[in-house]
Amino acid sequence: MITIFLILFPLLAALLLVLIKGEQVVKIAMIAAIIEFAISIFALSQFHYNANVQFEANYAWIKSLGIHFHVGIDGISLLLVLLTTFLVPIIILASFNSNYKNPSIFYSLIFLMQMALIGVFVSLDGFLFYVFWELALIPIYFICLLWGGDNRAKITFKFFIYTLAGSLLMLIGLIYLYQNTPGTHSFDIEALYLAGRGLDAIHQGYIFIAIFMAFAIKIPIFPFHTWQPDTYTTAPTAGTMMLSGIMLKMGTYGLIRWLLPVVPLGVQEWGNLAIVLSVTGIVYASCIAITQKDFKRLIAYSSIAHVGLIAAGILAFNVQGLQGAMAQMLSHGINVIGLFFIIDIIQQRTGKRDFESLGGIRNVNPQFAVLFLIVLLGSVALPLTNGFIGEFLLLNAVYQYSPWLAAFAGLSVILGAVYMLRSYQSVMLGETNAITSSFGKLSNNEKIVLAILCLAIITFGIYPKPLLDISEPAVIKLVTTITQ
Amino acid sequence: MKALILLSSLGTLALLAEIFGFKKRIFLISLLGLITIFFVNLLDWNLAPNIFFGMMQYDHYAVAFSSVILITAILWFIMSESFFKEETNRTDRLSLVLFALAGAVIMVSYTNMAMLFLGIEILSISMYILTGTLKDDLNSNEAAFKYLIMGAFSTGFLLFGIALIYGATGSFDINEIKEFITARESTVPSIFYVGVLLMLIGLSFKVSAAPFHFWAPDVYQGAPTVITAFMATIVKTAAFAAFLRLFSISFSDITATWVNIVWVMTALTLLVGNITAVAQTSTKRLLAFSSVAHTGYMLLALLADNSYSSSAILFYVTAYSFGSIVTFCILNIIINTYGNDNINSFNGLGKSNPLLAFVMTLALLSLAGIPPTAGFFAKYYVFTAVFKSGFIYLVLIAIFASLVGVYYYFKIIIAMYFKDSTNETIQATMNQKILLVVVAFAIIALGIFPDFIIRLL
Repeated sequence: MITIFLILFPLLAALLLVLIKGEQVVKIAMIAAIIEFAISIFALSQFHYNANVQFEANYAWIKSLGIHFHVGIDGISLLLVLLTTFLVPIIILASFNSNYKNPSIFYSLIFLMQMALIGVFVSLDGFLFYVFWELALIPIYFICLLWGGDNRAKITFKFFIYTLAGSLLMLIGLIYLYQNTPGTHSFDIEALYLAGRGLDAIHQGYIFIAIFMAFAIKIPIFPFHTWQPDTYTTAPTAGTMMLSGIMLKMGTYGLIRWLLPVVPLGVQEWGNLAIVLSVTGIVYASCIAITQKDFKRLIAYSSIAHVGLIAAGILAFNVQGLQGAMAQMLSHGINVIGLFFIIDIIQQRTGKRDFESLGGIRNVNPQFAVLFLIVLLGSVALPLTNGFIGEFLLLNAVYQYSPWLAAFAGLSVILGAVYMLRSYQSVMLGETNAITSSFGKLSNNEKIVLAILCLAIITFGIYPKPLLDISEPAVIKLVTTITQ
Repeated sequence: MKALILLSSLGTLALLAEIFGFKKRIFLISLLGLITIFFVNLLDWNLAPNIFFGMMQYDHYAVAFSSVILITAILWFIMSESFFKEETNRTDRLSLVLFALAGAVIMVSYTNMAMLFLGIEILSISMYILTGTLKDDLNSNEAAFKYLIMGAFSTGFLLFGIALIYGATGSFDINEIKEFITARESTVPSIFYVGVLLMLIGLSFKVSAAPFHFWAPDVYQGAPTVITAFMATIVKTAAFAAFLRLFSISFSDITATWVNIVWVMTALTLLVGNITAVAQTSTKRLLAFSSVAHTGYMLLALLADNSYSSSAILFYVTAYSFGSIVTFCILNIIINTYGNDNINSFNGLGKSNPLLAFVMTLALLSLAGIPPTAGFFAKYYVFTAVFKSGFIYLVLIAIFASLVGVYYYFKIIIAMYFKDSTNETIQATMNQKILLVVVAFAIIALGIFPDFIIRLL
């Protein structure tokens, strides 16, 4: 029941928000998001720390085709649901100063997206998963189209077509699996697992390619990333946060739940190529990030590097890799939202986000500089920040897979430090100029958002165990069932 | 059966209205009559009467498809109220539409190829006239003439095919033809196969499958918008139901004869329809090519020729008809406001009339096949059907085609929300608003609960 409520509540909130006019909208959105977070915390308190799927609900949906409304939460899902419900209130709070026009539609779309994202993370039926997967795309498309920056029609359209192409290939893969389920066919996750594992290596390879494309585009993995920097740059800040903080985790989660367990032989056939692509993406995106002059674009490329490492860790498919991926998905979500928020603060005050015209903000607002530094250190994975544990586990996993690849993947840490510290230097340090001298103080809600994020970065960095414990049994079970 | 009799009577009544002087009320009478007929039609479910000496069989298939036709017709009537408001020609337009519906009902329930021919002709001749109803408009005249010539030509093929098949088998009855094939497997005379191919060509004309689709864009563009909507929805539904009925009953044992041809036609239809639509600037023409493209998806289900086929086509035509009714209704409002159907006319609709823009977006998403709309499930179901029969490459082509489809449907969405308007106010009547909202709900409801329809067949 909790699971269904987690899905339905954002939907209700979305419908309610459409009807409301005026200034109340943002507050009501905020309250709804906090309630949703409270529900997920309640789910956490009821959660038993084992590998089983809990809070399960299973209703026949399209009976004649064996399609069920089957949802449930295990440790892996729970972490991502918590990430979603935790970040949405923060994103809404962060948007207080943005004053989007037509706020009721805007926040309604945010909640629709939240519903779809939670749906993706808890679905245990292939068809349901696909529907939620696609459903998540529509609100963000309209958010980017209606509230985005220059040239948005073209860029968001490319984003839409690109992701849809991947999704349709995944649909083909799922239908193929469905046709191979016994009897009257079923989309249930267990049936699809059995159907997939029953195929020979070549066919598993085809399915791997079809489904992997969808996830590779969403994550995005090199060379399917070309939509991402433009879209992140053009989208309104709240949209960028939804995309980078939560939506790309759909792809990495999909790898864990809907690809690796389905076609283990296919992974053996093609996994090597996929890991090499992921690692290439890390180095490639990091190198491009170094050359960027636009801060938002730099973060977009750094995001490609980070998620490349997550994907490589997942595809290495051992317990460290998956646990590292879980940790890194959470940290990346928190850090990248922090960074985009910081860019938004700077842009709102100065109207600029390129390095050349900024500088010396630390002299004007030291408090902001400290908060920025903490987020930044989390992002470069300094020990005792949240980024460290994830990257450490992921690199460890890639090392177990292949030391050579790990050597290249490890570059991400060094290069990450290079471009992040350089950007800090050119934005915050140096001489204050005419543009930055009027930077001014942070408003209360900005302080709250950054404080919460920094607190999360440090707490999770010092003591990550409680969160990792949630997913560990499920991850171990997953790895052992596949490797047997 | 009851539906057929009542529809013909209603059509005659519409003609009499002119004589007895109640033509002011005949529109309302027809609308209420159609609603009644829709419910009466449902009474035939499970009866499966064999009527007119076995020339028609009112089985589940016939009831399901005629219900879709009737419900689309009701929606279409509400949408095209203004078409029947003119002082002259009111009654003959109405009766032609009602006779066309009667023809459509025959086309979904025939078991005898003579009835198939009759149904197609009753429907088509009414449509030829309706296409030319804008007497002062050159385009309308041209469209009607083109439609007549091409339609007559294709009927020629159809009739020749029927004759050859009759020559080979000695029967017009589709079940007897099937038995003939099963009984004589290897010794079926070759003129029979020629007949099958000629009928295939004739029917492909009617459903506007490439390479026999060339008439469709011109006719769709020239005809009055409401008639275009009628052609895109009701005519297409009836033609496909007839096509599928013939091929799934009579010719499903000789798939080797036609499967490759239909394969190529399907691929062509998908690609030509979608890719040509991209280049259109006239919305009506764009929707015409999109209609050709949707024929391609339905052909997929026909090609699959398995247990999913009929319910897949039933669901597809329903989803497609609902989506088309909405798009054509809004297009009609736009044309009445601006006087042209250029895509630019949709600019800024998101601001000037959010309701219309929202419903239009929903319908376009459905046509493009995006969840949670009916169009998505329709596409999914068709893909499943064709996948089951093993045409994997065709599915890949269809996927590519849907992506192209998204491109041109989204051109309209982008125009509505992204471009600035020209400040004209666009008003819809109360009836139209209610119609649009109801159909929009139906599109979502069918997308979420498709079982309601697909378990029928």
